[in-house]
Amino acid sequence: MLFKSRNFDNADIALQAESLTVALPDTPGQPQVLKGIDVTIRQGETVCLVGESGSGKSVTSLAIMGLLPEALKVANGKINLQGQNLLPLTQAQMRELRAARVAMIFQEPMTALNPVLRVGDQIMEVMELHTRLGQSERRKRAKAIMEQVHLPDVDRIFRSYPHQLSGGQRQRIMIAMALVLEPVLLIADEPTTALDVTTQKQILSLIDELQQKHGTAVLFITHDMGVVAEIADTVYVMKHGEIVEHAPVEQLLRHPREEYTHKLLSAVPSLSPRDPRPAGSEVVLSVERLNKIYGGGGILRKLPQAHAAKDVTFTLTRGRTLGIVGESGSGKSTVARCIMRLIDPSSGRIMLDGSDIASLSRGALRPHRKKLQVVFQDPMRSLNPRWTIAQSLIEGPLNYGTSRRDALAEAKRLMGVVGLPEDSLNRYPHQFSGGQRQRIAIARAVMMRPDVLVADEAVSALDVSVQAQVLALLDQLQQEFGIAIVFITHDLRVAAQICDDVIVMQRGEVVEHGPAGEVLGAPAHAYTRALIDAAPGRDWDFQNFRSMSETENAQPA
Amino acid sequence: MLGYILRRILAVIPVMLLVAVFVFALLRLTPGDPAAIIAGDMATPAQLERIREAMGLNQPLHIQFITWVGQLLRGDLGTSLISNTPVSSMIAARFGPTLSIALLTILMSVCLAVPMGVIAAWKHRSAADYAVMSFSVLGFSVPVFVIGYVFILIFSLKLGWFPVQGYTPISSGLGPFLLNAFLPALTLTTIYVALIARMTRANMLEVLGEDYIRTARAKGAPERRVLFRHALKNAAVPILTVIGTGFALLIGGVVVTETVFNIPGIGRLTVDAILARDYPVIQAMILLTSFLYVLVNLVIDLSYSFFDPRIRY
Repeated sequence: MLFKSRNFDNADIALQAESLTVALPDTPGQPQVLKGIDVTIRQGETVCLVGESGSGKSVTSLAIMGLLPEALKVANGKINLQGQNLLPLTQAQMRELRAARVAMIFQEPMTALNPVLRVGDQIMEVMELHTRLGQSERRKRAKAIMEQVHLPDVDRIFRSYPHQLSGGQRQRIMIAMALVLEPVLLIADEPTTALDVTTQKQILSLIDELQQKHGTAVLFITHDMGVVAEIADTVYVMKHGEIVEHAPVEQLLRHPREEYTHKLLSAVPSLSPRDPRPAGSEVVLSVERLNKIYGGGGILRKLPQAHAAKDVTFTLTRGRTLGIVGESGSGKSTVARCIMRLIDPSSGRIMLDGSDIASLSRGALRPHRKKLQVVFQDPMRSLNPRWTIAQSLIEGPLNYGTSRRDALAEAKRLMGVVGLPEDSLNRYPHQFSGGQRQRIAIARAVMMRPDVLVADEAVSALDVSVQAQVLALLDQLQQEFGIAIVFITHDLRVAAQICDDVIVMQRGEVVEHGPAGEVLGAPAHAYTRALIDAAPGRDWDFQNFRSMSETENAQPA
Repeated sequence: MLGYILRRILAVIPVMLLVAVFVFALLRLTPGDPAAIIAGDMATPAQLERIREAMGLNQPLHIQFITWVGQLLRGDLGTSLISNTPVSSMIAARFGPTLSIALLTILMSVCLAVPMGVIAAWKHRSAADYAVMSFSVLGFSVPVFVIGYVFILIFSLKLGWFPVQGYTPISSGLGPFLLNAFLPALTLTTIYVALIARMTRANMLEVLGEDYIRTARAKGAPERRVLFRHALKNAAVPILTVIGTGFALLIGGVVVTETVFNIPGIGRLTVDAILARDYPVIQAMILLTSFLYVLVNLVIDLSYSFFDPRIRY
């Protein structure tokens, strides 16, 4: 079975939002963030709210919880929970309802739990606030729900602090906390976005399992169409504060009615690898038996060692893209940082244009830095907020002796290449959108005319439609300047779309290495297969609005 | 944890040794003959020679240093050149007033400033917030002696609630002690409230924007619980640092308040010693204050782990 095809027409309505309007009353013009949306969620149903950033998905969930930030106010409409309108309720009445009848889990399990309180106490707090249960009964129930979310070694974790748990375990704690009082409605705001794919898969099936067990209605907010395909009964597509379209999941993915939905689905990168480009002959970067070992020091006794990268070897030719994929902790970023010499490798060789830069001193490294540039995940934090774009762009060339006039002329030209107006140069990073900022970050890297560009999760923070544009830009720059790219990503779809060769890493080791088509198309290693299996929506061909098997059958073999 | 404490205590040794070298050098490296400095302008050569003899100044430097450190380790801080009494007993007599007023000040400051800072952060940009902030600016900018005299004017002279000056040790009863100590402590409290309230507000503001605060609200926790159980403990570490440094400054002696309220504390002892060039006392005071500083910092560092489980030593 591809999708859920349960029918909820006869189920009771758990939550109904009617022409819900949220506005910014203190901003001139009183702009509306939600423009009269209607959403209905029935008992036991999973409703997915999808949309790109700024579409109003999270505002919808916060409005239901009564937790809107102070600047936002509900201007119109109703939110009915089992027939009771929540909007006229007082703060105290809303507090009673939260966690007891409507519960919420958030995107970042890393930050959503209080770091200074034991997780057991945080679960018990919900019961302390809403029930008259005694201490021992609370403890019993907390441990019971922890069993239900399949946490191992419940007694130990009960006494643990959040930082002692993994991301997946923390999200399980959040789910336990949300479900311990058996609420009518569970709101899940991007609950798996910050997790690794394999963990994501587990959390998704956990939510599914508990929903069936408790008959909870679920409002699932996500930007990821793959997740939608996995979990939704009904899908609502949001754009600029409006619901553009809603339909049962299969109908929406097969026959999207609206242009916007169509566009959104087409932008989902395909899992099937693109055709490889001709292999170049000029090697620009070759890494031989690169190792990075942490720890192991200690004067009196030897401290435990962590092998963050073990015997990593690869070569990269001009104009090609090498993807390093893996989950968090796999060592992919360690390798990237070693290549850039942001950290010093423990052993191995890094040949950049024929010279070994692995053990050069900081000073001796300077002339080589130019050839090796980087684009980070979060352009907001990697661009200096107090500098104009021009200052950020020309700094590098100036350091290497280019005249200010030449550097500025080149900056202007590159703005055109990355598709931004020339006057962007005099503005500051916060005046741009996320996608534009990433273009600027890429332009900054290209200013140095590098031979190798390291892109560390460079499109992970972007919406899919923007992601596609940035990937296209990288492709174009590669053709124009012949740059070789080392592309670090956890996202197999992105890897499939941009990489010629792929390295799969797990716990510091390279488990598979080869052309993208082979590694992703016919994985040899169990871990690679597990990664591909865990990719949400892998059975659906989003661009062609049909299942993968239908696509395969359609292609003459 | 225990290993860490041990390491930190061992680390006190080199710090104190450096301070000792500095203190030792203070007298020996000042231009001119130490004996002449000590003896004053009117000394005869015979007197100078006696002083050199008595202080061992005719010995080579390293011998002098070793002898001096040896004396220190035996608890012998030397003898005052002015009063001819042992320095250690002079300090002991003056330490009580300073310490008790410092404790009272910190206690009052924390009790006032932390709730003020929390409320200011909670009601960000409201009248309450602006009131706390204005008070903070005021507390910082008005000189201590002015505040002290204003308090004396109002509470002692006009209202007659407290004595104008003086000090009664806590051993003669809590009531009489508080009667004398309250005004000086209140004077100092204005500064520390300003400092701690600001720090509390800034850190609470930051913490209140965190995701886990939203989680707490989503659990239906009332605001009081959100602020004090969820937020304050997370904001504690920097606030604690300010409180600790503030306390260390206070036990180093606060000359102005001690002068205004005529309290026989460490601060005045130090100033008198400096004015009289009573070198043994000055040396002892520098050693003592540095030692207390190091000690207070150690206690603060260790207390971090009580508030934040992520900090483990």
